[in-house]
Amino acid sequence: MKPATLDPAYRIEEIRAQFPILRELVHGKPLIYFDNAATSQKPRRVIKAVSAYYATINANVHRGVHTLSNLATEAQEAAREAVRRHINAKHAHEVVFTAGTTASLNLAAGSLAPLLLKQGDEVLISAMEHHANIVPWQLACERHGAVLKVIPVTEDGTWDLAQVPFSARTRILAISHVSNTMGTINPVKDLVAAARKRGITTVVDGAQAIPHLLVDVQDLGCDLYAFSGHKMYAPTGIGVLYGREELLERMPPWQGGGEMIDRVTFERTTYAKLPFKFEAGTPHIAGIIGLGEAVRWMKDHHLEAMAAHEHALLVYATKELLSIEGLRIIGTAKEKVGVISFLIDGVHHYDLGTLLDQQGIAVRTGHHCTQPLMDRFGISGTTRASFAPFNTIDEVDAMIAATKKAVKMLRG
Amino acid sequence: MSTTLAQAQQEVVDEFAMLGDWQDRYEQLIELGRDLPLIAPEQRTDGNLVRGCQSRVWLHAAHKDGRIHFTADSDALITKGIVALLVRVYNDRTPQEILGTSTEFIDRIGLRQHLSPNRANGLSAMIDQMKRYALAFSE
Repeated sequence: MKPATLDPAYRIEEIRAQFPILRELVHGKPLIYFDNAATSQKPRRVIKAVSAYYATINANVHRGVHTLSNLATEAQEAAREAVRRHINAKHAHEVVFTAGTTASLNLAAGSLAPLLLKQGDEVLISAMEHHANIVPWQLACERHGAVLKVIPVTEDGTWDLAQVPFSARTRILAISHVSNTMGTINPVKDLVAAARKRGITTVVDGAQAIPHLLVDVQDLGCDLYAFSGHKMYAPTGIGVLYGREELLERMPPWQGGGEMIDRVTFERTTYAKLPFKFEAGTPHIAGIIGLGEAVRWMKDHHLEAMAAHEHALLVYATKELLSIEGLRIIGTAKEKVGVISFLIDGVHHYDLGTLLDQQGIAVRTGHHCTQPLMDRFGISGTTRASFAPFNTIDEVDAMIAATKKAVKMLRG
Repeated sequence: MSTTLAQAQQEVVDEFAMLGDWQDRYEQLIELGRDLPLIAPEQRTDGNLVRGCQSRVWLHAAHKDGRIHFTADSDALITKGIVALLVRVYNDRTPQEILGTSTEFIDRIGLRQHLSPNRANGLSAMIDQMKRYALAFSE
């Protein structure tokens, strides 16, 4: 890890002022929010954009001739273009709106499986995947008689690249860009390149990468890239599945309904063009508009500067946490985003999480929807602190002091 | 049994009312956990796990001379304290008394306000499990 350097030019107070929730008290204490990997807080601009949509242009999109419907459609499609630019997709119609990463991955698995999987074929995932990037593939494998293969994870929480079980039967590679439990930034570009050489279709779960890294889908070279709005300052219930045009054209629709059709008769239905083929039903218009605003907000506040600040917090918190006797960090890769999972000897993570909450500090405890990863390390769960651009060194100090107090209470 | 179940409930309510801040309350719970009649190792089975708790809680009941004897354990100390509190109140009572007495004392302790929704669900799950044992033994 690079050393902790807090950039004096980084205007933390300006950033903090944009998050109304930071004024809330928890158990009478100012909220210290270290559960950003579960969901990010929302800047006022995003909240305003959502509320302005409902207050001024609420109408259904793509089907009306009236003014409001046109305004709503324009706002929605402007958001799609903002997302396209943000991830450097070639075309706006390669950006499919979904309900979130989970929905994106279910779409990917549900649509790719009938296209690609036959009896005995293999789908390759890794041992650090979130359940949302495991279970949809298990279901797909069961349906098509395919087999799930797993890239093992090493002691420091990275992929064991010497043991990637590629085979002649591997059809799909589905991997996370960044580990939600450990913060590991995975060498996705290299693995995707290796897979594509073998003709394997590649799917990347970018839920934990998109809030911290400048993601360039063309540079990564993946076929599909999934992420959620709510982890990148946008509302819940909105997400994206990016797909290369050529692949999306070949993929069959996943859900049927309005918006996704060209012509329906009882004998046969033809489907709408991209991206609408994959967007059945009225979309989450407010969420899409909020997502567009979140993307603009991230650009205006220089994602890289915010990520550098998070990194400084990570380095500082890592050093301070390790001064607590019996504390062990799960995930010690060189390349990490601002996420720390840890265990303390003789202290259950639920107890610690409860006692931190009493002191106004929000962390995540449990298996983080990565039970196979917990099994890999032989543990039942961890306490996870995850940082955002508005967190401060003082807040980290408060967490360390609160943790020490909790440990003292629990060890008696 | 010298006290009724309702009296035992009231005692717990009074004890907690005397405590000060969150730290006192949780220290009291952690302390209670240390006095829990521990479940026998052979009873620490998946079948005795209380469903609905985020940490693992094992609860076993034995029916002897018309009364129910509870033993339990948990891997988390605060949870262990909560189950210990319930065991202290409900232990060695008849199934009829357990089934016939309200559980609203939990609200009067103020425990629910101090627990996360997940933990409050776990608490309800523990009481439900105790009542299910009582129902099974009353038949």
